[in-house]
Amino acid sequence: MLNFFEKTGAYALYYVNEAGRMGIFLLNSIMSVVKPPYKIYPIIRQTYIIGTLSIFVILFTGVFTGMVLGLQGYHTLNKFGAEGLLGSAVALSLIRELGPVLAALMVTGRAGSAICAEIGVMRNSEQIDALECMAIDPHKYIMAPKFVAGIISMPLLTAIFDVTGILGGYMVGVGMLGANRGTYFASMYKDVEFNDIYMGLIKSLCFGILIIWICSSKGYFVHLSRGGGFGAEGVSRVTTNAVVLSSVSILLFDFFLTSVLL
Amino acid sequence: MKEKAVVQMVDVRKSYGSQEVLKGVNLSIIEGKTTVIVGGSGQGKSQIIKHILGLIRPDSGSVIVYGRDISNISKKELKKIRTNFGVLFQNAALFDSMTVFDNVALPLRERTKMSEHEIKKIVSEKLVMMDVEGTNEKYPAQLSGGMRKRVGLARALVLDPKIIFFDEPTTGLDVKKSNEIYRVFSKTQKDLGYTAVIVSHDVPKIFNLADYVALLYNGVVQGRGPSGENQLSDSPMTPEEFQLSDNPIIKEFVETTMGPLYLSEMEV
Ligand SMILES: Nc1ncnc2c1ncn2[C@@H]1O[C@H](COP(=O)(O)OP(=O)(O)O)[C@@H](O)[C@H]1O
Ligand SMILES: [Mg+2]
Repeated sequence: MLNFFEKTGAYALYYVNEAGRMGIFLLNSIMSVVKPPYKIYPIIRQTYIIGTLSIFVILFTGVFTGMVLGLQGYHTLNKFGAEGLLGSAVALSLIRELGPVLAALMVTGRAGSAICAEIGVMRNSEQIDALECMAIDPHKYIMAPKFVAGIISMPLLTAIFDVTGILGGYMVGVGMLGANRGTYFASMYKDVEFNDIYMGLIKSLCFGILIIWICSSKGYFVHLSRGGGFGAEGVSRVTTNAVVLSSVSILLFDFFLTSVLL
Repeated sequence: MKEKAVVQMVDVRKSYGSQEVLKGVNLSIIEGKTTVIVGGSGQGKSQIIKHILGLIRPDSGSVIVYGRDISNISKKELKKIRTNFGVLFQNAALFDSMTVFDNVALPLRERTKMSEHEIKKIVSEKLVMMDVEGTNEKYPAQLSGGMRKRVGLARALVLDPKIIFFDEPTTGLDVKKSNEIYRVFSKTQKDLGYTAVIVSHDVPKIFNLADYVALLYNGVVQGRGPSGENQLSDSPMTPEEFQLSDNPIIKEFVETTMGPLYLSEMEV
């Protein structure tokens, strides 16, 4: 019985501790983004790694998400004789909800896991210690470019996802199922407001920060992780954790953001 | 004592779980001198270095570097103290996504305002000094262990630090290469007058370089007296004193290490 309480206590302490250090990590990283000097080249490099290299996955998932929305939307709307609304239904679901969320999940899987593993390996091979001993701030040197790259990439990737999704919906709805071409875009034009786009933008920005934060701090603290963070196994476990936590947080955050922004 | 200690460890203790690694370490590093730390594998030599670098906080005791107890100072002050350091980690800790050149150039790029031209000159000079020129565009994973060490040495020396920490600089090098490293080392130390802390297994060769020797055994730096007691932090031993010490553990060490034996293989 005592053992049970001891264990629960130890768990609780561990997670409070972890939440605390991740919070401090975020603050340090934000400080390091804001404080000069600013170096452009590392930001471009990270934007390439996080953003550019994710474009293919985003295009692929975007087009299929749009196609399935077109398919489902057409059949559902058809029941009410409202196929004319297909364009706005596809666009609104993508812009407000699916675009930011799915793009963020894809980026977590593609770039987030890589970031976590990279930083975890740097920690375990004492590269981060070496940076600190050279009086180079690891937050400024490693984290800041990743955060800025995340902030730049996510909204752009989301926009790409939205546009390809809308085209995917068009291909299925208009191309295959025969909805009216003009009304597909006209209804979209009429119903999508600036507010919707604003909501998608805010979401994608938040998710961008969330992904980089969780994935890099999990890697950064691999040596403190529960069950021992040493070696390749430690890094792989922490990477899995980071992807799961990041994905769950995206969905949770999506709910909160939607309820605040609506 | 008229010499100035730039680093003082006083009764430093550190445990991992139930394993007490450092059990009250006392150690002074004297300015401008070379202090050699010897001791078997797993005795905690690297731990001592990491405590002095401020990478690990002691459970108790204090680590005083340039007059400041670094176990409780702000990040900013610690960073300032670290600008004096040049460090070679035991496994070199090169940045594996950067080329050799970029590794050695990194401290110059991040900490100075030198032009790429000047940086190139200094980096090439250091790489030549360490006999690893021609590896500029290679990545650390493409080098042998010994070459990595020497690139790490070049990186540690590139900013002309005031105090250098070399954790096993010659382990994994053949005799010729390691003699070369020691030769370069004693030359640069004479020229630049830096303080050095070297962890090494090269006994007795390393005694020729050392101004002071500290033997880490059983979680403490062994003292000079006959009872095998802990060394007092303000009386470092010169190699001659070390070799004449009455401490039975040191005696045993001196007797057995006239060949390449490690302390862990010795029964005390
Ligand atoms: N992060 C750690 N967690 C647990 N034990 C550690 C850790 N770091 C070092 N140790 C232990 O401390 C002891 C000393 O290690 P180290 O300083 O690397 O020895 P060496 O004298 O060979 O450099 C070893 O027994 C090692 O198991
Ligand atoms: Mg060691």
